[in-house]
Amino acid sequence: MKVIVDEDKCCGAGQCVLLAPEVFDQREDDGIVMLLNAEPGPDQYDLVRESAAVCPGAAIEVSEEA
Amino acid sequence: MTSPGSVLIVGVSAAGLSTAEALRRQGHQGRLTLLDAEPHLPYDRPPLSKQVLAGDWEPGRAQLRTQAQLEALDAEFVRGEPAVSLDAAAREVRTDTGRVLRGDAVVIATGLTPLRLPGRRALAGVHELRGLDDALTLRAHLTAAKRLVVVGEGVLGGEVAATARAMGLDVTLVGLGPAILAEQLGGPVSERLTRAHTERGVTLRLGVAVEELTGHEGRVTGVRLATGELLAADAVVVAIGSRPATGWLEGSGLTLGDGVECDSRCRAADGIYAVGDVASWEHEGHGRRMRLENRTNATEQAQVVAANILGADRAYAPIPYFWTDQYDIKIQAHGLPTPGATVSVAEGDLDQGRFAVLYQESGQVTGVLGWNMPKQARVLRQQHLATRPVATA
Repeated sequence: MKVIVDEDKCCGAGQCVLLAPEVFDQREDDGIVMLLNAEPGPDQYDLVRESAAVCPGAAIEVSEEA
Repeated sequence: MTSPGSVLIVGVSAAGLSTAEALRRQGHQGRLTLLDAEPHLPYDRPPLSKQVLAGDWEPGRAQLRTQAQLEALDAEFVRGEPAVSLDAAAREVRTDTGRVLRGDAVVIATGLTPLRLPGRRALAGVHELRGLDDALTLRAHLTAAKRLVVVGEGVLGGEVAATARAMGLDVTLVGLGPAILAEQLGGPVSERLTRAHTERGVTLRLGVAVEELTGHEGRVTGVRLATGELLAADAVVVAIGSRPATGWLEGSGLTLGDGVECDSRCRAADGIYAVGDVASWEHEGHGRRMRLENRTNATEQAQVVAANILGADRAYAPIPYFWTDQYDIKIQAHGLPTPGATVSVAEGDLDQGRFAVLYQESGQVTGVLGWNMPKQARVLRQQHLATRPVATA
């Protein structure tokens, strides 16, 4: 799994950090998403998929190949 | 309920599309039909009053998914056909072309219809903003207009005023409330936001009603207030709120109140669900009926609706959350920051450009708000409200 984030679309809600804090964080100054791990392990798959699904900015893309 | 063979989703904006995706992700292999009144590929609405209106984004940037991602859903799309009726017992939906679609489960995701000023004349230059076409029409007009009057002091009114101001228009905002977002955010923060608009050159007429729109040769020329004052305008945006788009459900047998009334599982009737802005449901955590008009609710509720369609028994009990961006101000509101609550500063200073506050009622924290402090607001939410956005079973 590969994770891509679009900083321009991120609204700083932090829903992804609430769900998958091992994969996502937010910048201190403006709250924009920081990708901690672009290729997370299988134990994170469901949480990352749910993060992408609920992201209110539609800013997270998950590629299931590789 | 066992897993349905087919699912029909009516309305394919954030809530409807997320429900479809969640159904596939959670294992639905049967037929999936997505019916939408709009001819466009599904797009996101929050950018319409900001990036799209400002011209910072091409309209395509607001599209929710690529063509390839939509194809991967393996769904049948019916676009540009509004639903006109539902037979809840038969789970059949009729469209304006007479087409009849059926699902073992039906999901209602038809969203909102913007309110119009009562008795408003059909005048060119008066806009409501709900869809992509509305945004593009308004943008085209604003690039040529000089004086804009925004009617409405809610989220949309504030965002349109901010965007238009940045485009160089002379902007006046008129509203019934005492301050911008007073109803949503209460005294101190809404007063701070109102001051921010004034500092950036927006003229305010708050606590006053609109009497009528004036026009000449079919074009709007101004807005007359109940005080008698006439505000000259060559563009007017009406952002006085919306109503759930349930007109097509009259006679369906469903209970329609403030939206489609559902149980705590977002179920309106056997095999019928509602999701997003249109859905009113029993929030078990708050012990009352709730309907949320925000973007986060659309996708969070979709996860629960999809799970329940596939046989789960999950109550939907979210922590409400919305954000608004106006000028360089990013506001994040978690929980219920109601006007009646006591507001205390948790970080920063209300007179500075960054702060976070807590809303408390009867000694309990009910809401958290960040002003240019998105991360801090989220951390405060975790400390004071709960730890996860969706109560995943």
